[in-house]
Amino acid sequence: MSSVTPGAAAPSGALPPPSVTPRRAPGVLRTRPLVAACFLLPALALLGALVVYPIGYSLYRSFFDSSGNGFVGLDNYQEVFTDHRIRTALRNNVIWVVVAPTVATALGLVFAVLTERVRWGTAFKLVVFMPMAISMLAAGIIFRLVYEQNPDRGVANAVWVGIHDTFAAPAPYPGARPRPSGGLADGGGGAFTTTAPVRAGSAVALPLVAVKPEDVAHAKEALPARDVAGKVTGTAWMDFTRGGGGTPGKIDAGEKALAGLRVEAVKDGRTVASTTTAADGTFTLPAAADGALLRLPAANFATAYNGVDWLGPTLVTPSIIGAYIWMWAGFAMVLIAAGLASVPRELLEAARVDGANEWQVFRRVTVPLLAPVLAVVVVTLMINVLKIFDLVYIIAPGSSLDNANVLALQLYQSSFGTDVNQGVGSAIAVFLLLLVLPVVVVNVRRIRRERGERR
Amino acid sequence: MSAADTVVRARQSLPARIAARLGGGAVRVFLILVGLLWLMPTAGLLLSSLRDKSDIAASGWWTVFTRPSQLTLDSYGNLFANDKVTHSLLTTALITVPATVLVILVGALAGYAFAWLEFPGRDWWFMVVVGLLVVPVQVALIPVAKLFSALGIFESTVGVVLFHTAFGLPFAIFLLRNFFAEIPRELLEAARLDGAGEIRLFTRVVLPLGGPAIASLGIFQFLWVWNDMLVALIFADSGNPPVTVALQQQVRQFGDNVDVLASGAFLSMVVPLAVFFAFQRQFVSGVMAGAVK
Repeated sequence: MSSVTPGAAAPSGALPPPSVTPRRAPGVLRTRPLVAACFLLPALALLGALVVYPIGYSLYRSFFDSSGNGFVGLDNYQEVFTDHRIRTALRNNVIWVVVAPTVATALGLVFAVLTERVRWGTAFKLVVFMPMAISMLAAGIIFRLVYEQNPDRGVANAVWVGIHDTFAAPAPYPGARPRPSGGLADGGGGAFTTTAPVRAGSAVALPLVAVKPEDVAHAKEALPARDVAGKVTGTAWMDFTRGGGGTPGKIDAGEKALAGLRVEAVKDGRTVASTTTAADGTFTLPAAADGALLRLPAANFATAYNGVDWLGPTLVTPSIIGAYIWMWAGFAMVLIAAGLASVPRELLEAARVDGANEWQVFRRVTVPLLAPVLAVVVVTLMINVLKIFDLVYIIAPGSSLDNANVLALQLYQSSFGTDVNQGVGSAIAVFLLLLVLPVVVVNVRRIRRERGERR
Repeated sequence: MSAADTVVRARQSLPARIAARLGGGAVRVFLILVGLLWLMPTAGLLLSSLRDKSDIAASGWWTVFTRPSQLTLDSYGNLFANDKVTHSLLTTALITVPATVLVILVGALAGYAFAWLEFPGRDWWFMVVVGLLVVPVQVALIPVAKLFSALGIFESTVGVVLFHTAFGLPFAIFLLRNFFAEIPRELLEAARLDGAGEIRLFTRVVLPLGGPAIASLGIFQFLWVWNDMLVALIFADSGNPPVTVALQQQVRQFGDNVDVLASGAFLSMVVPLAVFFAFQRQFVSGVMAGAVK
């Protein structure tokens, strides 16, 4: 795995054994065990006092209550699995461990394969790998800005609202409502309906107020609709004269037209005709609308779409996982790219010559050959994700911190934070250690095997 | 490869070649979009740090492209005027440098012993060290806090340095032992025959030859400690904290402190990014060797 090899040194396996003594037999360098002990002492003292002893102490401490005096057996572990806040943490950790490594590795794989095809692949890799060099705190602050709820400030919502409004046009007059006793009443669900049926040949007035000034900034003056025999006509306008004056319900000079307003004619609950007001606020409906009620549907007045609440209770964990993937996809990409470099090109070319398309080559040749590297990447990320703390602590706002809870955060809170019970904190620590234990075993086995091969 | 390429090209029909050309274009567009997507969050932080607090509250950082006049260094000015953050950067350096030097020194001593010295149970001890590679720091927080309190170094720079050194050691020993073991035996024996003692052998032969591995380890540990928040949150002096903790203390009032947070966060990134760009190769090999950490 290690790419660090001394430039000058030949691989040790290739060296002929020294004539008399076998390699590394005792006494060749003529050192005494006492000398070795001196070399090892600082490391063993630090590891013993700050890593090994704490493991034992945490295990011991996890069987005692918050004061540390009363033996409680397995109660702390029971609390880990029953307390609702810690259960949220457990559930979130499961989501983290399943989603984050998988997505980061998949992206890393795609990036690694695709960058091989462009000349500026190295520059791309640098850009994607760079977030690994910065602190989770800095990344947290970066994503607090990205996930800002207000679409005018947070780039995630700015983009999201932009896409949304491209496919669903925003309402022309959010917040507008009828002039009271102007012939329009609440039609339910945010729509407004005329109080009496309309008649062909007699123009209808649809006066509205509370229109936002910026929505009519470029509007024309409203014109009274002409009476047309056999047609239902009318005008929708902003029944408000700047600077006061004007008669309510009458189109006074200078009052603005409401263009682009949708008008529907409804008979017995069915829409029989519909149109949109013109630039001067007038509209014309066919004779079918005679005797119908006019409805201004809610879509005209819906408040502007404000984007997604990224850091709200429901989305906070996926959002933080997004930030994590931004940081760690580069790690997966670099490791996989290194693995890819050692894949024999002839195999890929052979598959292509045999008529396989790029997807088949990727799926049937590249991915299976990379399986060991992918496994290392996924396992490494899983261990890393299990201990996730900083990102959650920084990105989640106080209001949704409990919804974003993870084990390492709960451990911090239980040990030093808001709800201190070091017995529970120790139990979570032991639980985390148990979760990484299989990896310890695999590592030790792997090293032992490698050393066995070297002998 | 190019010869095989030509063969394949020659066999492809015209539509297939057009599809491949278009596919290549799509790959380029995709990668450019992803690259921009990846740069955008950091660019957002940088541009936000170059705007006024009132501008940040009123509009997004992308408005600087249409109104460049709002760019200002005021946030950085405020940051330096109030020496809290500058001081915290100094504390970060005072933690990071010793923790990096110590882990190299102690790790190299032990790595050398595991690679070349004879003592009973050597392989067994090494397995223990490998086993400690993935122990989460969380396991040690409560016990070490107690231990440091008893020793009087809780909430002190010394404590943070010792903690980082201890947790950096398994990886340091693992990396350096494997590297030192590849040193040709003849070099060591020749030095020994010239009458070099153990110390001389270590400082004059092993350390210089271990340069590349030591560099990787150093970069890795440096970034790790510089970027740490959790250990510092618990073990550092909260009145004189490193930059991660100093900024973290302001995060709960995010809106009020957004100017300080943006400029402070960017300032805290300058050193790690400089190290990253200067020593990419060493960093990558460190990351690859430590893929199990």
